Amino acid sequence: MATSFARPKAQELFESQKLALAYFAVAIVLFGAQLIFGLIAAYQYINPDFLLDKLPFMTNRTLHVNAMIVWLLVGLMGGVYWFLPLETGREVVGIKLAKFIWWVIVAGVGVVVLVYLFVQIGPGNALTLWFINEGREYIEAPRWADLAIVAWVAIFLYNVIATTLAARRITGLLGVLIFDLVALGALYTAGMHYTVNVTMDQYLWWWVVHLWVEATWEVLVGVLMGWSLMYLLGTPRKLIETWLFLEVALVFGTGILGLGHHYFWIGTPEYWIGLGGFFSALEPLPLVAMVVHALYDAGAHRLHTVNRPALFWAIAQAFGNFIGAGVWGFMQTLPQINMYSHGTQLAAAHGHLAFFGAYVGTVMTLIYIAVQNARRPVMIPLDSRYWGWALALMVLGIVGIAGSFTISGFSQTMIERAELGSTWSAFIQSYTHPWYTHTLGWRYLFAWIFVAGYLVLVYDLLTIGKRREGHAA
Amino acid sequence: MDYSWIEIAVAAIFFSVVVTLILSRGYGWLSPTFWRNAAVVSSLVMTFILLWLTFDTADQVRPGSGRIPDWTVINHEIKLVWDAEKRRQVPAVGRETGFFGKTWSQKEAFDLINKGKMTLQSRNCMECHQILGNGAYYATDLTRAWLDPWWEERIMPLTGAKTREEAMMAWLKDPTSMPQGPRKMPNLRFTDEELKALIAFLKWMSAIDTNGFPPRFAVAQ
Repeated sequence: MATSFARPKAQELFESQKLALAYFAVAIVLFGAQLIFGLIAAYQYINPDFLLDKLPFMTNRTLHVNAMIVWLLVGLMGGVYWFLPLETGREVVGIKLAKFIWWVIVAGVGVVVLVYLFVQIGPGNALTLWFINEGREYIEAPRWADLAIVAWVAIFLYNVIATTLAARRITGLLGVLIFDLVALGALYTAGMHYTVNVTMDQYLWWWVVHLWVEATWEVLVGVLMGWSLMYLLGTPRKLIETWLFLEVALVFGTGILGLGHHYFWIGTPEYWIGLGGFFSALEPLPLVAMVVHALYDAGAHRLHTVNRPALFWAIAQAFGNFIGAGVWGFMQTLPQINMYSHGTQLAAAHGHLAFFGAYVGTVMTLIYIAVQNARRPVMIPLDSRYWGWALALMVLGIVGIAGSFTISGFSQTMIERAELGSTWSAFIQSYTHPWYTHTLGWRYLFAWIFVAGYLVLVYDLLTIGKRREGHAA
Repeated sequence: MDYSWIEIAVAAIFFSVVVTLILSRGYGWLSPTFWRNAAVVSSLVMTFILLWLTFDTADQVRPGSGRIPDWTVINHEIKLVWDAEKRRQVPAVGRETGFFGKTWSQKEAFDLINKGKMTLQSRNCMECHQILGNGAYYATDLTRAWLDPWWEERIMPLTGAKTREEAMMAWLKDPTSMPQGPRKMPNLRFTDEELKALIAFLKWMSAIDTNGFPPRFAVAQ
């Protein structure tokens, strides 16, 4: 029975799976917070005076981005807590410790959010970096919160390794997971240094930002999607593991030196231009492999599945990851283009599409699988009238947002960089140009469409599987 | 560094493939074992090369080593000049001009720039601006902010300041009341000491060799 997972007696959930449900609930709440601050930031593009004194763009943007990183990480970790007992056939070792650190983290996130909102900035000294804000995009969390995150990941890693050892059985999926989590935890510590040399600062900063998002998170997603496809379609383990190894070979084989595409212009030596351009041009390869893999599996089963929303989110994930991370990334990764497009709205277009495709899709797949199994009796196949609307509205919303960013990004690249010479005045000329300004309303409109999708999603997650309805598939 | 990027890339791929093939003798290319070996080998080879290049890069980006200016560059005039061979701008350090009316020693300059970096982080500048091209995209890229002609063209007349550093200080103290374009910078409640340090940091950063980024800076105007 290579494909079946362990079940606790009397169809009870493992404690670890109950913890996963708490992870997913917090993830969805933070997702909502991300959208609120994103909406305010999008409106500030249209009306720059809006809340300028109370909640300036920088604070909204910090909260928008940080909420996203935390909720996606929480969602991915929740997925591990969900599948780990199924994979090892036993309760997770150290589950009490895992619950304890989880509530510490939830409280810590609350404190950090309040400080971001109401303190915002501090004097230029080390105390500010320890207690208010580290001021380094994506990893602004003050140093005390960094230490809490390290403790959290360490306990998480202990849960995974100790459970695997206790089960006396290591699978390929668990092997890759442990390998990946060790790297993920170690890389975070690279972002916890202060150095005055801004070039070295950014060099190591990218070890967290790039090597998380474009390497270790992608592999973590590979593991979680592997488990999901085994659950959703009954794909044989051997097939899943072979694909996973191939993806790891390609993700780490291209992504580690693909890091060089962040070292084109930060003061680092010129060889990074060639290396970064070459390896990052290859970075879409594993994403193509993931699309082929997911579509092959889904097609081979003629979309027959135990959980329709999860399967469709998984397919959306494969396409979204390829288009958002692969195509939109490739669009601007070659140094000959990147010299002009770097640091423009085009980067934001890529960011929005890639995070949605690669990570939101994965977490939604995981959450729908968990929701299905958390309710009694378990509805098979899981289906509802609403999940398709949520998926469609969110995909339409994000494509519209990313499309608007792409057009303003092209305009900015052309006007500010190529034509006018990258100065303050050139920047003002670009963002007041009609080609740029007319995208802002579209962006805001599509943001509301995305929010509508989120609201439908929340309603659906609260109700799906509770009544037997419309499950014709 | 004695190797070109092409040699490094070819070596990385060559070692990954050859070691994988050697370890996977007897297994078909469709077997999980083959790809497990490929995954482990390529990860280790690429990590090793990254670590090796990190030591080389760290050596080349020490302040004063060529690509990154010495701290005392703040005492000097800084310009971007066109390198005809590389077809891009490179920073050039000119005559001594002083900074805020004095010449700063190595230690004083370091302390000042260090304070400036702390100030930059404490005010979360990156969440609107870009530093070396990285950050949010709501406000200007600060990489070459010190060299921006706007200070002399617009801000010096506006504030009545005599030097560029004084103009920057006057404007950053109250940017909301002197908006440049529709987007306004909030008042971040800088002290004089913090502003002097921040401006020193920006001046030092403007002399970093960024391989020509941002392109054609102030050339087209």
